[in-house]
Amino acid sequence: MMLPVYLGLLRTSEQVLASSYRQVADGHGAEPDVYHLCQTLAKQCDDHERALAPVIERYGERPDDEPERLHAVGISTTRTGPVGLIRDLQDLYLLASLVDVTWMMVKQAALGLRDDQLIAVVGECEAQIKVQLGWLTTRMKQAAPQALIIA
Amino acid sequence: METDGDTAMSRIVERSKALLAEKGPLSHGFYTSGQLFLEEYYALAMIGKAGIGTPHMDGNTRLCTATAATAMKESFGADGQPGSYLDIDNCDAVFLYGHNMAETQTVLWSRILDRIAGPDRPFIVCVDPRETEVARVADVHLPVRPGTNQALMNGLIREVFVHGWVDDVWVQAHTVGVDALRSVVDPWTPEKVAETCGVDADDVRRAARIFGESERVLSTVLQGFYQSAQATAASCQVNNMHLLRGMIGRTGAGILQMNGQPTAQNNRECGADGDLPAFRNWDNPEHVQQLATLWDVDVDVIPHWAPPTHAMQIFRYVEQGSIEFLWVSATNPAVSMPQLERIRGILDRESVFLVVQDLFLTETAQYADVLLPAAGWGEKTGTFTNVNRTVHLSDKAVEPPGEARPDLDIFLDYAARMGFARNDGSPLLDWEGPEDAYRAWQECTRGRPCDYTGISYDKLRGGSGVPWPCNEENPDGVARLYADGVFPTDPDYCESFGHDLLTGATVGEQAFRALETHGKAVIKSAQYAPSHEEPDDEYPLRYTTGRTAYHFHTRTKTARSPQLNRAAPTPWVEISRSDAEALGLSEGDIARVTSARGEIVVPVRVGDVSVGTVFAPFHYGYFDASAEVANGHTSAANELTVTEWDPVSKQPLFKNAAVRVEKVADAVGPSDAPTTTASRPADPGAVPPTVGGRDAEASGVIDRDAWTADRAEATS
Repeated sequence: MMLPVYLGLLRTSEQVLASSYRQVADGHGAEPDVYHLCQTLAKQCDDHERALAPVIERYGERPDDEPERLHAVGISTTRTGPVGLIRDLQDLYLLASLVDVTWMMVKQAALGLRDDQLIAVVGECEAQIKVQLGWLTTRMKQAAPQALIIA
Repeated sequence: METDGDTAMSRIVERSKALLAEKGPLSHGFYTSGQLFLEEYYALAMIGKAGIGTPHMDGNTRLCTATAATAMKESFGADGQPGSYLDIDNCDAVFLYGHNMAETQTVLWSRILDRIAGPDRPFIVCVDPRETEVARVADVHLPVRPGTNQALMNGLIREVFVHGWVDDVWVQAHTVGVDALRSVVDPWTPEKVAETCGVDADDVRRAARIFGESERVLSTVLQGFYQSAQATAASCQVNNMHLLRGMIGRTGAGILQMNGQPTAQNNRECGADGDLPAFRNWDNPEHVQQLATLWDVDVDVIPHWAPPTHAMQIFRYVEQGSIEFLWVSATNPAVSMPQLERIRGILDRESVFLVVQDLFLTETAQYADVLLPAAGWGEKTGTFTNVNRTVHLSDKAVEPPGEARPDLDIFLDYAARMGFARNDGSPLLDWEGPEDAYRAWQECTRGRPCDYTGISYDKLRGGSGVPWPCNEENPDGVARLYADGVFPTDPDYCESFGHDLLTGATVGEQAFRALETHGKAVIKSAQYAPSHEEPDDEYPLRYTTGRTAYHFHTRTKTARSPQLNRAAPTPWVEISRSDAEALGLSEGDIARVTSARGEIVVPVRVGDVSVGTVFAPFHYGYFDASAEVANGHTSAANELTVTEWDPVSKQPLFKNAAVRVEKVADAVGPSDAPTTTASRPADPGAVPPTVGGRDAEASGVIDRDAWTADRAEATS
């Protein structure tokens, strides 16, 4: 059974996303909405990791034995300025997409396993990740014209 | 340097044209008011959207009433007040949420006082951290900790569910989203609310019972909710209370999501706040096309690729240097915006060409590259629409002084000189005066929720005060919206597809269609989230700001009324008796109030504000202050406020900050805070009472025959 591999991927990707949100918050503190929402969303990622804990306790967690083709190590430093902001938000979007699609796989497994506990966890966390993607999109769409045309 | 109007306008047009040629429309921003006439907002909206094509337009309504609009868009699909002032006369209970009506709407408050003194007194429930006049007459006063409104609302709604006060049949027929709300509020027992909000658990129960057992409740909401954390979420919860009981659109059962300024409603309708005119949806291509057709301009000129740029973001773009032309009309951001040290720096930037248009030389005007003197409301003609959608006509009474011109004339002059044109080559704004503008506006509203097509100037001269929508179907207007339980949530008709209340993420057309609203209201819900700036060791007190009855906005006008100014001539800070004792402060002592942003040094009023919270009035800037105060910037409440806003309405959080208070000097007398308002002293004997005296008295006789004859002549 390979679900433990995916649970590990999911936990790691939530951790990476949380620390990346915090990095972007600190790097773009002059944009108060970005600062506060990145902090809030980082906490959501922490919550997701906690919600996964009892599931991982049951199924275990195993490293992937496939080679890593696309590295998503997270955001370790941020850029500056208006274009830097949309680049950083775009990176967050990629990381959040990875989390989102990983939840989708886990959800498929949970449905196949008829695992009600896991289905409930997925339901809550997946909805929040989709809102996170929605916010990142909304914010990037707002910022992009100014950043790309005139800044 | 003083110059003539022609030279001033030439300078503006020269700079504007050069920037448009060099950098394009995104270099331009407009920041207006809640105090112009409808015609002026519509002209400005057309200049911005069809002339220049910039999304960077907003008004100070963002600071005052943006959340009212947003909460109604989220719940009902479009802006537009469901209720009416008439409901005051017929309700069984009034709930005032963060609304110190006794000081913000004194005339409306008189109407409530009539009810209170009358034979069938309604219950009054007040949510406010201060012992306001409203709180004093309230049956239940919930002195909520600033920043915790959403927790309180979740608790009140939980009671409505728990006690079976929900009208299940109505909710089923006319709303979507009730299940999510039920689960969100479930943990919020009165005890948990008490712990979070600092109120009494039994008071939460009593307030909820009054709501649940009254047949006709009127709820009013204002800045205590709009300028606080989770503004939109908490204001939507007020809407939800009414939706759960089906208490909307009926006599006495209404919601007034209030405005703080006289024409804030018109700003929102016309789109001078960045929205598309007549409650059109920027995210609906058909709505954008309607405007392009109406104005005969290319659809792509009209900015519709993202939500309009809100005021705080406009100032950020100025700060970053990408907006290089900013036109401020009839408002005073140098005193009214949060974190003033930062705002002054932005206004002072070399990179921005700042146009200021105002009645007086305000603090903001000091930074202007060009200052345009404007006419006041009695010096020009135009319409205005109050909170409950009632339209009035205000005819010019006197000539404006000197070279002051009506704001409409100034905007039309700019548009003509800029050569803004329709596709057929004719001028975009070919209006001669306000009535032309008004007729154009009527056409813009045809078929929209704010339908003005049945309200002509003539009709208003025949008896001013017609509530929209007014059209062939409703020739005398409509007192209350949604009497049939049908809401403007049809995806092709609505003003907004809505937002996630925690983040402000747009819901988008597809997800909104999936809600299958079919004219049902949307019950939105959100978890309580603690505000981001909570008291700590360094800044142990909560700081909140607000109005006093005697002043308006930044005192630009009220400071020039001697009677008003004498009642409240200088700023102060209010602190509770026990906090004052702990800090060694007495009435009138000079205190330094410090936040992470700055400090003010003002006299202390030991008053009735909640323990742990201090309050400062936001009116006082520097134009009439002593040189010491003006140079040191030590009196404006917004020196301390935080640059943060609600994620949905983008309204700044003026009511959530943490501060420390220290004594600077002994009193030389009591503070100048009025004794007749929420700032009354805890020890009444310690302060001489605020009295109007002979200057504040007036008498007059209305000669009915002469008045009627005047009206007849005016309308002939």
